[in-house]
Amino acid sequence: MAFLNALPGAVAEGLIWGLMAIGVYISYKILDIADLTVDGSICTGGCVCAVLIANGVPVWLSVIAAFIAGALTGVLTGLFHTALGIPSILAGILTQLILYSVNLSILGGKSLVTINYRDSNLLLHMSDNIGAIIAAGLIITATIIMLWLFFYTEVGLTLKSTGDNPDMSCAQGVNVKLNKVIGLAISNGIVALSGAMLAQYKGSANINDGRGAIVIGLAAIFIGLSVSMKIKPNFVVSLIGVIGGGIVYYIIYNFVILLGLKTDYLKMLSAIIVALFLAIPYLKGKYFTKQKPENMVGASDGKGTAGGEAGA
Amino acid sequence: MLKITNLKKTFNPGTVNAKTALNGLNLTLEDGDFVTVIGGNGAGKSTMLNAIAGVWKPDCGKVEIDGVDVTNMPEYKRAALLGRVFQDPMKGTAPDMEIAENLAIAARRGTKRKLIWGIKKAEREEYKKLLATLELGLENRLSSKVGLLSGGQRQAVTLLMATLRRPKLLLLDEHTAALDPKTAAKVLEITDKIVTENKLTTIMITHNMHDAIAHGNRLIMMHEGRVIIDVSGEEKKKLTIAELLGLFEKASGSEFASDKALLSK
Repeated sequence: MAFLNALPGAVAEGLIWGLMAIGVYISYKILDIADLTVDGSICTGGCVCAVLIANGVPVWLSVIAAFIAGALTGVLTGLFHTALGIPSILAGILTQLILYSVNLSILGGKSLVTINYRDSNLLLHMSDNIGAIIAAGLIITATIIMLWLFFYTEVGLTLKSTGDNPDMSCAQGVNVKLNKVIGLAISNGIVALSGAMLAQYKGSANINDGRGAIVIGLAAIFIGLSVSMKIKPNFVVSLIGVIGGGIVYYIIYNFVILLGLKTDYLKMLSAIIVALFLAIPYLKGKYFTKQKPENMVGASDGKGTAGGEAGA
Repeated sequence: MLKITNLKKTFNPGTVNAKTALNGLNLTLEDGDFVTVIGGNGAGKSTMLNAIAGVWKPDCGKVEIDGVDVTNMPEYKRAALLGRVFQDPMKGTAPDMEIAENLAIAARRGTKRKLIWGIKKAEREEYKKLLATLELGLENRLSSKVGLLSGGQRQAVTLLMATLRRPKLLLLDEHTAALDPKTAAKVLEITDKIVTENKLTTIMITHNMHDAIAHGNRLIMMHEGRVIIDVSGEEKKKLTIAELLGLFEKASGSEFASDKALLSK
């Protein structure tokens, strides 16, 4: 019974984190960059949104501002990576650290800013979980439709090819560096959007919000894709799968809490889930495949390794 | 069409691994030239193509394409003038994207990409016809992921992509070297067809002396970062492998040192 009572809340929160996972999907799956900025940018989205609302700015304007702030954090990571040549993982970590200071100053030096949810006409709040599910569902639907349209435009296609094969993209006149910056901006904009929703849902923004977000995002992606790839491996189905993954993650999360596991261990649990999902394909390939004769070059193993000998 | 003047490039300068790959290279191509390039390992063949494509900046010298000095133009901008096919069949196509999507990206090379639909309906029909000319049965697999194709099919698609939008210059970097002999012959046949039909100015590196003589209207041999042999027209048509090796020994003062080239007669 307690579990059923917790279910609407778990679904609502799962939807919000599912949206964040879509942001991670864009960097991790499409651009092929493990972008650690998200741990900071989700918090930035929450902070910007909460502070603006607390200061009387209209909710929708605060949400847009949060998206833009998130996009800027992505631009920063993108520039660290492309203009300064810093490896992408490190670039994300640097931005994450910068954002800790930035987020603190957005919150005015405090570690927590609360929103008075009775006076501020929020898009969603935990006091009304069904309403929150509907609001989150609408925002997610709009986001998926826009992404779907975008990734089939001329620009969107080159964004996909940038992650899929940078050599080919460059040879076809695509500005790979610019595309990485654009992709990271979109990704972190969406992450910050989910941060803004989370802050409204909880009625507060905390400087520690979002720690480990990348791991939750990856967990949602792996859970979601393990199902959606079996149904139909296309873009929209994948995104819906990722949302589903977020929901499943939060249902498990709530279930584990009800079982009496100390919440202190939840982050460890998330990390173990992600480690398992990353390890399984590797271990499978290593120990459970039968040997087959080497195929000629170009067998259907998906991504090729670019083995050109420079200066040969 | 192409003019390379006194081009020099040293990798890892100032270290024990310093390697002078281009050493004052000069080469001029006329409009419509189909040049085959041979040379031993480390002769500077691929380095020359990379210099033309702008993978890095040369230490000194100049590259002009169709009268435009491109020496300092970034690689992705230069791509507007060039069609490229790499040695590695994996390198020229995006495996997780459909054949049609790959072609559509190539069809817009050198144009300003906009926020409009990435593939138009009419384009699909056109791609179907073009794929049919390859005679590889790809015309009905427009929405297949390229990663599912064989190496030879991928090279053929890459060739199509390189020439879909007429390049000023087509660069083929040993593009059949990673294929089995039968597939290689097929890809070469397609290459010949596309190049002659469109009268493309082309540079083709090959390790196969026989191919180098059989294709194109001009043959150059590189050695230590320079062109040491340059034959064209009737003289090239009558060339034999034995003569070529003789020419090489005379020009370089050493024996031809590429097992790969000798083995593939």
